[in-house]
Amino acid sequence: MHDLNRATAKATPLGPNGREAVRLSAARPGHRGTILDVRAGPHAADHGVAAEELHRRLLEFGFVEGAHVEVLHEGAIRRDPIAVKLDDMRVALRRRDAEDIWISLDAE
Amino acid sequence: MSDAALSPARVALVGNPNSGKTALFNALTGSRQKVANYAGVTVERKEGQVTAPSGRTLSVLDLPGTYSLRARSPDEVVTRDAVLGKLSGEQAPDVLVCVADATNLRLVLRLILELKAVGRPMVLALNMYDIAQRQGLRIDLPGLTRDIGCPIVTTVATRKRGIDDLVAQVDGLIAAGAVGGANRWREPQAGEIRDAHREAQRILKAHVRPPERPDTFTGKVDSVLLHPVAGLLILFALLFVMFQAVFSWSKAAGDAMGDGFHALGAFLAATLPPGLLTSFLTDGVISGVGSVIVFLPQILVLFLFIILLEDFGYMARAAFLMDRIMGGAGLHGRAFIPLLSSFACAIPGIMSTRVIDNKRDRLTTILVAPLMTCSARIPVYTLIISAFIPSRQVLGVLNLQGLVMFALYAAGIVSALAVSFVTRRLFWRGAVEPFLMELPAYKTPDPLNVARSLYLRGKIFITRAGTIIFPLMIAVWFLSSFPGAPAGATDPAINYSIAGRLGHLLQPLLAPIGFNWQMTVALIPGFAAREVAVAALGTVYAIGNADASPGALATTLSHHWSIATGLAFLAWYVFAPQCASTIGVVKRETNSWLWPAVMLGYMTGLAYLAALVVYQVAKASGLG
Repeated sequence: MHDLNRATAKATPLGPNGREAVRLSAARPGHRGTILDVRAGPHAADHGVAAEELHRRLLEFGFVEGAHVEVLHEGAIRRDPIAVKLDDMRVALRRRDAEDIWISLDAE
Repeated sequence: MSDAALSPARVALVGNPNSGKTALFNALTGSRQKVANYAGVTVERKEGQVTAPSGRTLSVLDLPGTYSLRARSPDEVVTRDAVLGKLSGEQAPDVLVCVADATNLRLVLRLILELKAVGRPMVLALNMYDIAQRQGLRIDLPGLTRDIGCPIVTTVATRKRGIDDLVAQVDGLIAAGAVGGANRWREPQAGEIRDAHREAQRILKAHVRPPERPDTFTGKVDSVLLHPVAGLLILFALLFVMFQAVFSWSKAAGDAMGDGFHALGAFLAATLPPGLLTSFLTDGVISGVGSVIVFLPQILVLFLFIILLEDFGYMARAAFLMDRIMGGAGLHGRAFIPLLSSFACAIPGIMSTRVIDNKRDRLTTILVAPLMTCSARIPVYTLIISAFIPSRQVLGVLNLQGLVMFALYAAGIVSALAVSFVTRRLFWRGAVEPFLMELPAYKTPDPLNVARSLYLRGKIFITRAGTIIFPLMIAVWFLSSFPGAPAGATDPAINYSIAGRLGHLLQPLLAPIGFNWQMTVALIPGFAAREVAVAALGTVYAIGNADASPGALATTLSHHWSIATGLAFLAWYVFAPQCASTIGVVKRETNSWLWPAVMLGYMTGLAYLAALVVYQVAKASGLG
C-alpha cells in the first residue's frame, strides 16, 4: 500500500452522486456527508508529526472511508476548530488537521 | 486448597478515555489504592488490591486511557509497554480487563482487536451499562462474546454493579490457568487500521442494535455551550466564579492555617529558651510545614472545580472554545485553567497542567505559569506602591495606585504570552501537535468518585510536593540564620549570616538596577515565598512586626529608597522566581531539575532586565 503516492496522484474524488467531494476542513456547520477518502496529504509536512502519523491518528479516531460526518459547531475565531459528529460520537479537531478528509456532501 | 496456596495475580485495566475506567478502578479497589510515578516518567501509576472470593489477591493497575496501542504520548507509552509486559520495573499482567463505554463501542472494538493480538487472557467490561439500557441500546452479549472471543461482564461502576461478577470472571480465568497465545501485536499501518475498523463495524452491526432513544441531551447542551458567543460568555463566567473561589473561598481557610502556624511558632518562641533550636523549630520547621499546608485549601478548591468539570465532560468543550484564543500565543486550549489558577498561586496552577496531554504544551504552560501575578506578590506590591506611588486621581476617576497595580498584573499576563510565543518559536519550532479530541457525552459526576479524586490530589500534594518544598524552606532558614550574630552586635542578626554575606557580595551585581545591600539581603529569605520579602525588609531595616503594620516600613522605605529603586523593585517582582515552593513543584511535576533550572534562569534574567530598564529610565527622568 503506497498511501503517499496515492494521495499525490489522485485528483479530487467524486461522490456516488456525481458531485465533487469537499475537504472536511472547508465544511460549515450543518454540512453532512460520507467520508470518501482519508489521505496522507503532502502538505502535512508542517505538522508536528509526519503526514503518515496524522493519517493514522485520523483513522484511529474513526475518520475512515464510509463513516458519516456532520459538522456541528465551529470556533469563534476563523471558524476554527470544528466539532463534528462522526457516526455516533463527537470529535473536535482543527481545520488544518481535517484537510486530508474528503467527504461527499449529502443532498440538501 | 488453602487460601495461602493461591498466588496473587496482576490485572491491568485498559480502555478509551472517558470509558469510566477510573470509576471502575475505584469500585474494584475501594480505598486499597497506591499512587506513585512510573520509574523515570511523570505518568501516574495507580495500583490497588482486591481480594477475590477464592481468597486470591488481585493487584489491579489502572493504565492511562488510550485509543490505540500505538503510543503517541508518554501516558500511552506506559499503557502499551505495560500491556506488552515491556515496562521496566513492572511484571506483565496476567489478565487484561478492557473497559468500554457500552454506549460508545465503535472505537473500543478496534482497540479490543489490537489487545487480542497481544495474546493475553482478557475480560471485556461493558461499563455504563445502565445508560445503554436506558437508551434502549440492545447488545447481543452471547454473540459478541463469541465474536471477540473473550468473556464479557456488564458493569455500572458508579453503582458498584457487576463488580463481583468481573472479579469472579478474572479469578476464573486465572484459576483455569489461562495463559493466552503468543504476542502477535505490532504497530498497525494505515491499511491495517482501516481493516480493523471494517471488522469492528461488522461486529457492531451483527450484535448491537442502535439505541431506540439516543442521547439528545448532549447535543442540546452543546448547542449552547459550544456556541461561538454564548459558549465563550458561559466559559468566562465559569472561570470568573472559579477564580473567585480559589482566590477568596480558600483564603479564609488558608489564612486560618497560616495564623495557626504563626501562633504555634509564637507559642514555642515564648515557651522555649531563645536559641538555635527554638529558631530552627519556629522559623525553620514550623514555617516550613506551614508554607506547604497553606496551599492546601487553594489546591482542593481548584481541583474540586477541575474534577467536576472533567467528570461532567465540560473540560473538552472548554479546550475547544479556548483553542484558537490560546493558540495565538502557542498555548494549548487546555492551558487556560492552569494559567488562570496561577493568579491565585502558581502551585495549584502547575499541578493542574496535568489536564494537558502533550508534553511540550504542558512544559510551556508550566514555564509561564509563575508569570501570572499570584496572591503572594500582593503584599510586596502593596507595600512598595503605598511607599512610592502617590494616591491621587488620574483622569478624574482612576486612582494612580490602582493603575500601577493593574499595570503590574497586565505586565505579568503579557509577558507570559510573550514567553510562550518565543518558547514555541525558539525551541519547538513548527511542532504543532494535531488537535484531535473526543467530546464525550455529558454525565452527572459521581460524588464518591469526585471525593476520592480530590482526596488523592491533596494527598499527592502533601506527600510529594511537600517533601521537596520543606527541605528548601529549611535551606533558606539555614542561610538566613548561620552563623549567628556575635556578642554585642548592633546590626540585625541576618547581616552576619550566610544570607547577609551573600547579599553584600551580590550587591555590586544588583547596583545597576538600583538595589542597595539591604534589599539584596532581604531577597534571600524572600526566596522562601514572595511575601516573606516584606518581613525580611522589616528585619534588615530593624522594624519589628513589619507584617502586621506595613505602614511604618513603607515610611522607612520611602526615606531610604529613591523612587527609581522602588519602581525597579516592583519590576523585579513581576518576573523574579522568588518562590522555593514553585521550584519544588516544577521539579516534582517535570521529574527533573532541568526545567526548574530553566525557569529560574529565564525568570531571573527577565527580572534583572526589567528592573534595569525601569531603574535607568526612571533615573534619567530625574526620579533617581
